[in-house]
Amino acid sequence: MLRYICKRLIYILMALFIIVTATFFLMRLAPGSPFASERAFPPKIEAQLNAKYGLDNPWYIQYKDYLVDTISFDFGESMKYKGRSTNDIISESFPISLTLGIEAMILAVGIGILLGAIAALYHNKLPDYLASTIAVLGISVPSFILAGLMQYFLAFKFGHFPVSGWKGFNYSILPALAIAITHAGFIAKLTRASMLEQSNSDYVKMARSKGLGKWTIVIRHTLRNALMPVITYLGPLTAGVVTGSFIIEQIFAIPGLGKHFVTSITNRDYTVIMGTTVFYSIILLFAVLIVDILYSVIDPRIKLKGAKK
Amino acid sequence: MTRKLLEVNDLKIHFKTYAGVVQAVRGVSFDLYEGETLAIVGESGSGKSVTSNAIMKLIPQPPGIYAGGEIKLEGRNLLPLSEKQMSKIRGNEIAMIFQDPMTALNPTMRIGRQITEVILKHQKIPAAEARERAVKLLNLVGIPMPEKRFKQYPYEFSGGMRQRVVIAIALAADPKLLIADEPTTALDVTIQAQILELMKDIQKKRKTSIIFITHDLGVVANVADRVAVMYAGQIVEYGTVNDIFYNPKHPYTWGLLGSMPDLRNNVNEELRTIPGSPPDLIHLPKGDAFAPRNEFAMAIDYEEEPPMFQVSETHFAKTWLLHPDAPKIDIPEAISRRIEGYLKEAQVNG
Ligand SMILES: Nc1ncnc2c1ncn2[C@@H]1O[C@H](COP(=O)(O)OP(=O)(O)OP(=O)(O)O)[C@@H](O)[C@H]1O
Ligand SMILES: [Mg+2]
Repeated sequence: MLRYICKRLIYILMALFIIVTATFFLMRLAPGSPFASERAFPPKIEAQLNAKYGLDNPWYIQYKDYLVDTISFDFGESMKYKGRSTNDIISESFPISLTLGIEAMILAVGIGILLGAIAALYHNKLPDYLASTIAVLGISVPSFILAGLMQYFLAFKFGHFPVSGWKGFNYSILPALAIAITHAGFIAKLTRASMLEQSNSDYVKMARSKGLGKWTIVIRHTLRNALMPVITYLGPLTAGVVTGSFIIEQIFAIPGLGKHFVTSITNRDYTVIMGTTVFYSIILLFAVLIVDILYSVIDPRIKLKGAKK
Repeated sequence: MTRKLLEVNDLKIHFKTYAGVVQAVRGVSFDLYEGETLAIVGESGSGKSVTSNAIMKLIPQPPGIYAGGEIKLEGRNLLPLSEKQMSKIRGNEIAMIFQDPMTALNPTMRIGRQITEVILKHQKIPAAEARERAVKLLNLVGIPMPEKRFKQYPYEFSGGMRQRVVIAIALAADPKLLIADEPTTALDVTIQAQILELMKDIQKKRKTSIIFITHDLGVVANVADRVAVMYAGQIVEYGTVNDIFYNPKHPYTWGLLGSMPDLRNNVNEELRTIPGSPPDLIHLPKGDAFAPRNEFAMAIDYEEEPPMFQVSETHFAKTWLLHPDAPKIDIPEAISRRIEGYLKEAQVNG
């Protein structure tokens, strides 16, 4: 197990290196600079700014600087907001995004499994049709449209929820739902298909022939095996929730990391782009690792490669 | 005199499908005494599994329909019982051994728990005692180091060992009736023999009745007391092992016996198969369902279904050939020679 995790950590480091490199060159390729705006600076000032942030160095020196920054995890000051370090921006906004993300994941998994299980248990009956329709709608309606609809109806028209902002739990419900629904639909479809497959399997028939009750069989036998594909989906789900937050945080004006990430790109705020990108990458890479470990915990047949007992 | 454990009367099972109603079981009757083994044989699709699942009321409804008849366990008809009442019988009085041990066990549950859950479901005893009993069962079915195996998962067992575990699970609540649906088909020959020995051994110790489903007549001669031959959802011949092997009356049974692989004498005789294929169970032909494949079929076979004719006190067959007015037709010589050779061999092998 330890050996496996070490191996995976090395892969993660390699992946990070590639991501930093790719981000660096993509940033260079994109036209514009942090100091470009409608009011052009006098060339002298611009040269000074460039010198201050090391943008006048040849590319390989800059590249080296970024690598050093990444290793020491100190990305320096924002190029747009005076006096704010990238690390500060991340540590302020990340807890907000984390809360939103976790809420969204819980909603996605909870709603998804519930809908999927109901659909499978009442296969080809009314609850199945209802649950499946909801799932398909959830998958096919884009989150930003859903967000707009919810803002208009639930918040603006009926006033059940605040329209936007971030001042408490109430403010998180609509955005979390908007991020979660698509994934809940996916998970529902996965759970349904997988539960139907499992309930036709021999071991479920065997469980019936043991005299176990319907619900005992579902909870003790079917569900656990049916949830394997759902666990595999947790990796992509994390990625989906992160990218979902980019849009949703904008729509709901939530001061989270996703919002900063998007603004930093439009601003060409190089240091913040690099910092947030590395940070997101670390989170996603670890999420995938955790999913793999979780998988082997739930399914005893899966042996982590290189793992020793 | 042994007691009658199970009595199946005129059982009919249908399946509603888009193409029509599949008449999978069409009026099956048999009985089973304590400690007895009944083998059900027949080609694929003849309704063996449906019959055995029906006894446990494991036919999925829909599409399945219990269209008629009764299944009496110790005199009590199971068909009207609710799911709840059935769950007290399943695993407890009737248990099942499945064909494929690779899929019959829950892959993510420890072996031990899969055994104790049956015990705990049917008997009010503390978990520790159930555990002790499960370990004893593993020992009984011949699994070495049962204490250690108890904590393992199915993937850590070979096919033969898994089938032993499945048998241990079936025996856990000490059922009166074991239904084994091709329990050895998925195993290789040496393991097959071991599992059969194990089942015979257990039956001797526990006086369990067994319904043994197979299409391997070699296995039948080895384990069964009585045999029911099924064709297209009906029992077409029914009798003791001796009746069926020494004095078969139905042309279908002849065909089955003739297609038995003969390990020693088959050098100069090719393997015979029954020509044609089983009928469509949705659109059954008029008369005897076997008539189109029967080389001895008479005009009446295409008109009217034959009744069960009694051959002896224990022996019945459903063929017009047994009618007093039918021409005397005896078992084809090639087939009787094959059976003789086969039985001789079986005797040599003990
Ligand atoms: N759920 C179902 N829906 C429709 N038809 C079914 C269903 N289950 C079984 N049947 C039909 O019932 C008939 C008998 O099937 P059964 O499984 O009992 O055959 P079998 O004798 O056990 O064959 P095998 O030796 O292949 O196991 C088959 O024609 C099958 O198509
Ligand atoms: Mg079968």
